[in-house]
This record gives sequence, C-alpha cells and structure tokens, in this order.
Amino acid sequence: MAVGTSGEVRAVGRARRHGGAPAAAVEPLREGAMGAEVVIEGLTKSFGKQAIWRDVTLNLPPGEVSVMLGPSGTGKSVFLKSMIGLLKPDKGRCEINGIDVVTCSERKLYDTRKLFGVLFQDGALFGSMNLYDNVAFPLREHTKKSETEVRRIVLEKLELTGLSGSEDKLPGEISGGMRKRAGLARALVLDPEIILCDEPDSGLDPVRTAYLSQLLIDLNAQIDATILIVTHNINLARTVPDNIGMLFRKELIMFGPREVLLTSDEPVVEQFLNGRRLGPIGMSEEKDSAQMALEQEQADAGHHDGSTEDVRGIVPQLQPTPGLPERQGAVRRKGRVAGVLHTLPEPAREGIIASLTPEERRYYGIPEPAVTAGSRMPAHHGDLDAGDVAELPSSPAWPGDEQSAPTRPLRRRRGGS
Amino acid sequence: MSARSTSVPGLGMLRETGKLFALGLDIGRGIFQRPFQLREFIQQAWFIASVTIMPTALVAIPFGAVISLQFGSLASQLGAESYTGAGSVLATVQQAAPLVTALLVAGAGGSAICADIGARTIREEIDAMEVLGVSAVQRLVVPRVLACMLIAVLLNGMVSVIGVLGGYFFNVVLQGGTPGAYLASFSALAQLPDLWVGELKALIFGFLAAVVAAYRGLNPPPGPKGVGDAVNQSVVITFLLLFVVNTVMTLIYLQLVPPKLG
Ligand SMILES: Nc1ncnc2c1ncn2[C@@H]1O[C@H](COP(=O)(O)OP(=O)(O)OP(=O)(O)O)[C@@H](O)[C@H]1O
Ligand SMILES: [Mg+2]
Repeated sequence: MAVGTSGEVRAVGRARRHGGAPAAAVEPLREGAMGAEVVIEGLTKSFGKQAIWRDVTLNLPPGEVSVMLGPSGTGKSVFLKSMIGLLKPDKGRCEINGIDVVTCSERKLYDTRKLFGVLFQDGALFGSMNLYDNVAFPLREHTKKSETEVRRIVLEKLELTGLSGSEDKLPGEISGGMRKRAGLARALVLDPEIILCDEPDSGLDPVRTAYLSQLLIDLNAQIDATILIVTHNINLARTVPDNIGMLFRKELIMFGPREVLLTSDEPVVEQFLNGRRLGPIGMSEEKDSAQMALEQEQADAGHHDGSTEDVRGIVPQLQPTPGLPERQGAVRRKGRVAGVLHTLPEPAREGIIASLTPEERRYYGIPEPAVTAGSRMPAHHGDLDAGDVAELPSSPAWPGDEQSAPTRPLRRRRGGS
Repeated sequence: MSARSTSVPGLGMLRETGKLFALGLDIGRGIFQRPFQLREFIQQAWFIASVTIMPTALVAIPFGAVISLQFGSLASQLGAESYTGAGSVLATVQQAAPLVTALLVAGAGGSAICADIGARTIREEIDAMEVLGVSAVQRLVVPRVLACMLIAVLLNGMVSVIGVLGGYFFNVVLQGGTPGAYLASFSALAQLPDLWVGELKALIFGFLAAVVAAYRGLNPPPGPKGVGDAVNQSVVITFLLLFVVNTVMTLIYLQLVPPKLG
C-alpha cells in the first residue's frame, strides 16, 4: 500500500512540475529511480521551554541537492533528526513520498527510514564492528544478497570514500575524518532515495572536502537521490547545491534557489557567507544593538572584522565528472525555477537567466539577459542598520499561491530596494 | 532528571515509571519478533555468566553458612535441633538465593548492560541503528534481557546448591549437628514449590534488572558523565525495586502455597 501511495505522489509531482518541458531533456534515465520528495510544513520543535525553531516550511524537490546553513546551535542537527523521526516535532508535517513521519505508525516509520541514507555529525559508526561490518550492516539487515555480493558492494563504497585497506580497523582506531567518510560509505550502501549529511566536511581537509563535494554531485547524477547537506563550509555551499536555506533566530529565514541566497543582501546572510564579526550574528547567537554599534565603531576606526573579501555572488555550480549522465534533478530544476522566476529578486533572476543556454531561454520564453550577471556583488560593508536587523524574523507573509510553489522565494528585506 | 521540567513534585517520577513500563512492554513484544538475535543472545549470556559466576559462588558460601549458623543456634535454644536443616534450606532456597542472584545480576550484569547501551546512545549508535530501519530494542535490548533472565535462573540454581552444601558443612562440622537429622528434616519442611518459586523469583529479578539497566542506558543524562550517573542510578533503582517485588512475591506465595507442617 505504501508503494502505491508514493508512486501516485511522484506521478502527480512530476506532472505538475515539468508539464511542458521537452520530453527528452526531462525524463529520468531510469523510471522510478527518482529521489524522494520531501514536503515540510509548519514544523516546530522545542525541548521543554527552549524553542529550537518554529514554523519551518520547505520543500526538497526530488533529485535536487540542498544545503542548510545556520550559526552553530540553531538546531540544524535537530532538524535532520526530526526529518527521520528520531525526534518528535511539536507541530507540523514532514512528508516523505506522501507519508507524514511525524504522525505515521511505527511500522510505516521504519519502512520510510529505509529510503534514507544518513550521515551523522560524528559518523555514528558501531564501535564494536570493524569498518567492513559497519558498511555491510544495512545490506545484511535489509537485503538477501549473498556474502560475495555484499563484499563487492562494501569494497566499492569503501573505495569510493578512499578507505580501501582500512576495512579491518575498528572505528576507535581511525581518524575523525576517516570515521566521517566511513559513515558516508554506510549511508550510501543501500542506494538511498534521500541522503542527509550532517556536516560532511567537518574534520576533513580542504582537498578531501573538494573530493567529497564531487562525490555527492556524482552520486546525485547516478542515482538521482534527493540530498540535504548541513554545513558550515561556505565554499561547498556556494558550489554544490541547487537550493540553499538558512536557519537563524529560531526560524528558517530563507529557502530557495541557490542564486537567491548567494545574491541576497540580508545582513545575516551577508555576514554568514563572508564570515565576518560585523552583523547580527554574535558569539552567542543573537547580538544586542549596543554590541553591534560598538563593533561598527571599531570597524569604522580601522579594526579588521575578520573577513577577507565579499564572497557573495553566483559562482558556477559543480558538474558531474565527465562521462556520467546529466543530473536529472538539475534538469527538472530548470523548469521549476523558470516557473517561479518572476517572483525572485532581481539579482537572483539575472543570475539564473545567465546560467541558461540561449535555447533554454527561448524554450522557457525568457528574454536575453540585459547585463552579464554572475558577477560579484559590490562590497556591502557598513550599511548595517540595527533597527532593520532587529525586526528581521517576523511572521511569514507569503501570498497563498506562493506557498504551493516548490520553493519559497526570498522575503524582501524591509527598506531594501 | 525530568523533575526539573515539571512543577508538581513526583510527576517526573511517575512519568519515568510510565516510560519504564512502556519499554518493558516493547521488550515483551520484541521477544516474539523475528529474526531472533541468537548470536547476540549467546554472546551476552556468556558475558553475563562470566562476570557473575565467580562472585556469586564466593558470596553464596558465606551466605549459606551465616543462615545455617544463625538458624542452628536459634533452633538449639528453642530445642528444635531436628528442624535446623529444613529451616536453613527453606531460607536459602526461597529468599537468599534469588536475592543474592539478583543483586549480582543487577550489580555486575545490569551495570555492564547499562554502560554498554548508554555509551552507544551518546555516540548516536542507537540513532544510527534506528535510522537504518533496525529496532534497537529488538536488536540489542531483547537479547540482553533474555540473557539476563537465563543467567539469573541458572545462577539461582547454583546458589541454592552451594548455599545448602555450605549450610550442611557448617551445621554438621562446626555446630556438631547430626547429618541424618539434617537430611531428614529436608523433606519434613521443604517442598518442591519452594524451589520453583525461588526460580520464578530469579527469572523476574533478572528481567527487572535488565529492563531497568536498558532503560537508563537508552535515556542517559547528557554527556559521558551522564552514562556514569545512569549506571549508578540503574543499580540503585534495581535494588530498591527488587526488594519491593520480593516482599510482594513472598506474601503472595505464603498465601497461595500452604506450608507443609500445617
Ligand atoms: N536531546 C536534546 N535535549 C535538549 N536540548 C537539545 C537536545 N539536542 C539538541 N538540543 C539543543 O538544541 C539546540 C540545537 O542543537 P543542534 O545540535 O541541532 O545545533 P546545530 O545547529 O546542529 O549546531 P552545530 O552547527 O554546532 O552542529 C542546542 O541549543 C541544543 O542545546
Ligand atoms: Mg549539528
């Protein structure tokens, strides 16, 4: 029964999203292999009196890669755990292929979880098993594969994550970065439809992080899985995802196409992307206006605020390794984004238009770009407005029809252009 | 721990008790779910046996001796020497053996179970297992609970035998009792249900010790220190629980099974 339901939802989703796109470009390579769709609505979570986040609404379109940003302690890990039903949210829905994991029965929950591959923040390997058995565990539990077949798959995944030769080691005997990679290998072993990664890059060196980014994109091209990555790595956030969201002050302040966040002039986003002290984020999550004024004064007097250069602006997205199939998620996304283009802010729109080929532009009926977008944003240092920042997360004020759009466009900042 | 989040005193304790019960029910359900984790069960049974057999044996001998000596001297003061054997056997088989067993299973086996599961919880292994679609209760807790119950029953048998032998030795050798009278009084007072109820008690104590240990292990206070606290609490809670349950069971048994010398 569960299968029937999910099939239905997928079919509906597909029809809605790429109704008129060219068939050749849009049909997935393997029917039914498309990643799961995640619809989250009004999700709210608190521990006792401590509210973590409220009213989170977002949509992970099937097969697309999304990144969730946010200062430390804003509840990103809690969000991932709520998505897989490890923590019970107080309110809201989280539907995976049409099954609401917040309210469904335990049996359904266990079935739904089999669609997931989850990389925990510190690997969460089974301490009493060596790496081989750790990676083989899901296969042995959920498939009837023979031991030779298990061996082939496990060794392949270990090789993929650069761990060949370490299969006999116990998790206690390897470095943190290796544990992370082994955790990823275990998450990938069942070819999941949804991959959740909690800080895949923490504990990895820059080179391994680059390989890992490429690995995730290649994987997405091959199995068309829906991927959600929680990270603090700005470089990864700029180059890997299709969509970016950000949690701040107990709310999802934005979630939408990568171009929107990368060109945003919200002070929080700007500060976070550039890694500056100047801005609304403080050492403890929120800053008061006195502290902000003091820091602004110091910066004006020439004190360095910790950033190097403005890294906002749209950079080219990471592509699958040559020879791999095109990412179906990216193809579907073009149609999806073209549909909501008119609701996006100016810089993001230009960026998206610039990333399309002339044929695609003609197909979607989009005019040629007036200016070459994708160029860097001008530096924004010094235009912070304390009053503006303080009222930032007000209640969402979306028009009803935009709620049903696959992703939410950025809320305009008050007083902005 | 949870009393902090409520204003009514005692409500937190009530809630914990409820959750403990819920886990007990889950475990009961998990016992009948396939596939049964035979390997884990055997490993755990072996482990619990290996940490409990020696201390149990060492405790059982002096325990049997103390009961036998005490009872022997009391009986001789009352002029009932012929019942010395029977009395100490009854006390050993019905009361001492299950309690000694339970204390050791809880103290040695339960604390190990709690520490093991607690460490897995804070390392997110339990979460990872749940996410891989495998129930941690069915996979980890059920084999441990069954192993604990099995070992408790076996240990109880062992303590009974060692206790009775020890009692015999001390009574006959040290107090100058006659072997014939000691053995004869066995069957005068003791009856087979005494042994059964002892074993039943051990079974239930083993279950309780393992469930409490697993519960505290699955819900430890945060942090590595939390696991230490959880182990500590699990042993204390189990001890308290065992003595209450023992009292209740003894009362019921004395009501239901008529004593032999009515
Ligand atoms: N089990 C729990 N019980 C109570 N509070 C919790 C629990 N788990 C997390 N929290 C609280 O929720 C908040 C968010 O934690 P979370 O681990 O999700 O942060 P995060 O965004 O992942 O941070 P980081 O980027 O540092 O990993 C923290 O304030 C934390 O204290
Ligand atoms: Mg985290």
